[in-house]
Amino acid sequence: MEIPGDLKFAPSHEWVRVEEDGSVTVGISDHAQEQLGDLVFVETPEVDRVCEAEEGIAVVESVKAASDIYAPVAGTIIDANVELAENPELVNSDPYGEGWLFKMQPDQVDDVDNLMDPDDYEAFIDSSE
Amino acid sequence: MSKQTPLYKAHQDHAAKLVDFAGYSLPLHYGSQIGEHLAVRESAGMFDVSHMTIIDLQGEVVPWLRYLLTNDVAKLTDGHALYSCMCNEKGGVIDDLIVYRLTADRFRLIVNAATREKDLAWLNLHKPADVDIRQVENTALIAVQGPDAVRLANMAFTRLGQDADLKHMGRHTALEIGKWFVGRTGYTGEDGVEIAVPAAQAVDLWKALVQQGIQPAGLGARDTLRLEAGLSLYGQDLDEEHTPAESGVAFTIDIVDPDRNFIAREVLEEHKLFGGRCRQLGIVLDGRGVLRHGQVVELVGQPIGIVTSGTFSPTRGVSIALVRVNKAFKGGCDVRIRDRLLAAHVTSVPFVPHGQARE
Repeated sequence: MEIPGDLKFAPSHEWVRVEEDGSVTVGISDHAQEQLGDLVFVETPEVDRVCEAEEGIAVVESVKAASDIYAPVAGTIIDANVELAENPELVNSDPYGEGWLFKMQPDQVDDVDNLMDPDDYEAFIDSSE
Repeated sequence: MSKQTPLYKAHQDHAAKLVDFAGYSLPLHYGSQIGEHLAVRESAGMFDVSHMTIIDLQGEVVPWLRYLLTNDVAKLTDGHALYSCMCNEKGGVIDDLIVYRLTADRFRLIVNAATREKDLAWLNLHKPADVDIRQVENTALIAVQGPDAVRLANMAFTRLGQDADLKHMGRHTALEIGKWFVGRTGYTGEDGVEIAVPAAQAVDLWKALVQQGIQPAGLGARDTLRLEAGLSLYGQDLDEEHTPAESGVAFTIDIVDPDRNFIAREVLEEHKLFGGRCRQLGIVLDGRGVLRHGQVVELVGQPIGIVTSGTFSPTRGVSIALVRVNKAFKGGCDVRIRDRLLAAHVTSVPFVPHGQARE
């Protein structure tokens, strides 16, 4: 299982990457996609939506189950991955790349620091299994 | 702690994601549920269904089963199988099962795993003195399914030195080869065989089937395949609160012989002829989303029933469901998914036409 070093992770298995312009890109971890199985439907949030941290703003559905995706920090949605409407399996095949879900502008970019770093996330997964 | 089937180690070696199912540790998938599903539709896949219960009956079985089951075993000749329900006195379904007639006084039932205890209790409660009931244990059951399934399984048999002609078995027939048992039956809507072998030979058979290119497939694909084929699942589509006619399997109620007395005949006959309090329909979701068990079905704002089984259909690329509704309708309806009403419409069942053997 892959856990890239430059990302931060939420306990609900979203990953967060801080971009150079201060925005963040969000997706779900390799572990999460593996647990869900083949995705067949992804509902991404609308651009300009303002959300609180831990607010449910997207849905991923696999053959097995539907799962909420939560905003990892408070902020505003600035982009969503439209490719996923036609190709939800990108989340399975490339969870940290083409399978990204949405981009947001955090109210405070420092909030990202409160999320788990890769080592902590790995320990978190191990402890919850 | 979940029980292990004789194939547990083989699943681990094949990187299966194992889950508890009816008390057994069984593969959910071996990597891709959709890939396994499509392998069965396009060529051949195989499932470890050793959790299912095999019960052998010996003695004066025919008159007893004619009373106990909704379908009529008098139709069976040696080596033939029949799908039936077993109902309580109210006509509610205790279980659905396959009954095989091996010889005139030897029958075999294959029943569900989760219902094993109540099925055995029901059988023993009604058992006449001249019938013996024996649960077959230390046995693996492997279902090989798909257009190439029988041809490839036959090659695996030959490789193992088992002289059998599976290809010329008719649909819904059974064959005993020493301690091996083969039924040309299944639960995917494809051609195929279900093979029962002593536990000690299970891994060798599994490996020989893998060597023929048959894709191991998990419970996930088994569920999407059976639902596409319009086949009911006990505990979801069938239960003790509804008769077979209310659950889409009225065809299992055989009323041809007016003199056959079987459990709950009165209510079952009425429901077969005139319908019950509700009925099963198949629906397709018009837009994106996934229909799932328990979602409420509405018709012009009124709740009329629930989704009993729903999933995403890998073959059709849309979400499909069996629903139990209290009124007949054609055309559109709505389903409440999470907090929204999504449009769906009635379609014919099976959702995907049943397949044939590839020549």
